[in-house]
Amino acid sequence: MKLLGFLLLVAGWAIVLAAVVLLRTMAERGMFAMAGFGVELLGFTLVVRAHRLPRGKTE
Amino acid sequence: MTPASILCLFFIFLVPLAPAGLSLINTGLGRSRSAAHAMLASLCVMAVGAIAYALCGFAWQGFAGGAAHSLRVAGKEWNWIAAEPLFLWGRALDGSPASLAVLLQMLSAGLAALIPLGSGADRWRLGASCASAALLAGCTYPLFAHWVWGGGWLAQLGANYGLGHGFLDAGGASCIQAVGGLTALSVAWILGPRRGKYVMHGMPAAIPGHDAVVVVFACFLTLLGWLGLNAAGAMLFTGAEPGRAVLIATNTTLSAAAAVLATAAITGVRFGRPDASLCANGWVGGLVASSAACDFVTPAAAVAIGLAAGVLVTFTVAYIEWPLSIDDPGGAISVHAASGLWGLLALGIFARFPDGIPGQWLAQLVGIATLIGFVLPLTYSLNWLLNRLYSQRVAPEGERQGMDLYELGAGAYPEFVTHNEE
Repeated sequence: MKLLGFLLLVAGWAIVLAAVVLLRTMAERGMFAMAGFGVELLGFTLVVRAHRLPRGKTE
Repeated sequence: MTPASILCLFFIFLVPLAPAGLSLINTGLGRSRSAAHAMLASLCVMAVGAIAYALCGFAWQGFAGGAAHSLRVAGKEWNWIAAEPLFLWGRALDGSPASLAVLLQMLSAGLAALIPLGSGADRWRLGASCASAALLAGCTYPLFAHWVWGGGWLAQLGANYGLGHGFLDAGGASCIQAVGGLTALSVAWILGPRRGKYVMHGMPAAIPGHDAVVVVFACFLTLLGWLGLNAAGAMLFTGAEPGRAVLIATNTTLSAAAAVLATAAITGVRFGRPDASLCANGWVGGLVASSAACDFVTPAAAVAIGLAAGVLVTFTVAYIEWPLSIDDPGGAISVHAASGLWGLLALGIFARFPDGIPGQWLAQLVGIATLIGFVLPLTYSLNWLLNRLYSQRVAPEGERQGMDLYELGAGAYPEFVTHNEE
């Protein structure tokens, strides 16, 4: 899950860059960049969950 | 040297007060049995950061207009890394803007490297923290700082793609604070929580800092350091005139003031009385949030940025501790990563430019996405690899004794009776 999370982080960044390079209007770029940012947040959530202590575990 | 260069040099001379303040905050928020270790680690990390930056950091960061490697993507130049000689070879350190940038960056790289000490407190080995600092100051920091301050592709987003004025950051909310804060998050994940932090079925136990007086005093030092950092950064990297220093200092102070009052009010309502350590975190969070936009917003906007930073720090400190189970004794992740990212976004929201070029918010969003989508995986990977080669966490015996006795052989406060908290 951790590796998948980091891959999603990088994939989201790539979508943001692709939006800036490939699209022309500000509205299109904004929407695709927000979508890429959403993918990053999904990846971040997975990475956070992978690092969370299991409930009931004592550290 | 011109009068502007002399003024800039004066501001740079104030910058070391920022790491001094952060060192005291990290130490005061940690345990008394690790206090001397925390201060020595701060000093060593600054030293390693400065040398690593001089050795190879500036070679990869460079200065806008200097030698660099570029890629051509869809007909546009993507300047991605500088091509300066190693160890400042041939660089005239004579008061020119590039030489002032070298000095400021050397201190800034040390400051960025010092931030993770807050999240790794009480369990991060001295040697490992120095090795991690070398990776940050010699690799992660210069690469991203080149993109923002060295004429790299983020700075060129305006010229190449019409996104406002390109990614802007006057005082280092991204290069210094967010890079340091995301490294702090990586270090906290890799080290794991302190022994005794999550004792009752995973619920966090309060481990209060040992010296609130030092922590609050350090806030005054950080203000002086940030005034220098923001003013010098704005003069060198966003072209601020010397007279703008007054606006920058006003905005920096107002942002910190609003943030600490917001934190005091929220903790007062939530806990019945204000919390000194959280208020100190709120103050620094306000300073961090002010860094990006200090040269581009009105004082009223600076107050709004600071208020939001204070609220953000208060709630993220609690949320990170529980339910995310991340043990961050110094609050470095909330103060530097969360507030830094908010400051960058706030520039896109509040900044007003006379030419009215649209798209600044999108340029800021691209920069934030780069921090989360590229810098976080990079810094996590580097620290993960380092941990495989050289274990970063101290042995259980070291945590039980305290880092002072275990790694240094003597405590910071030999007259104190130390208590076993487990």
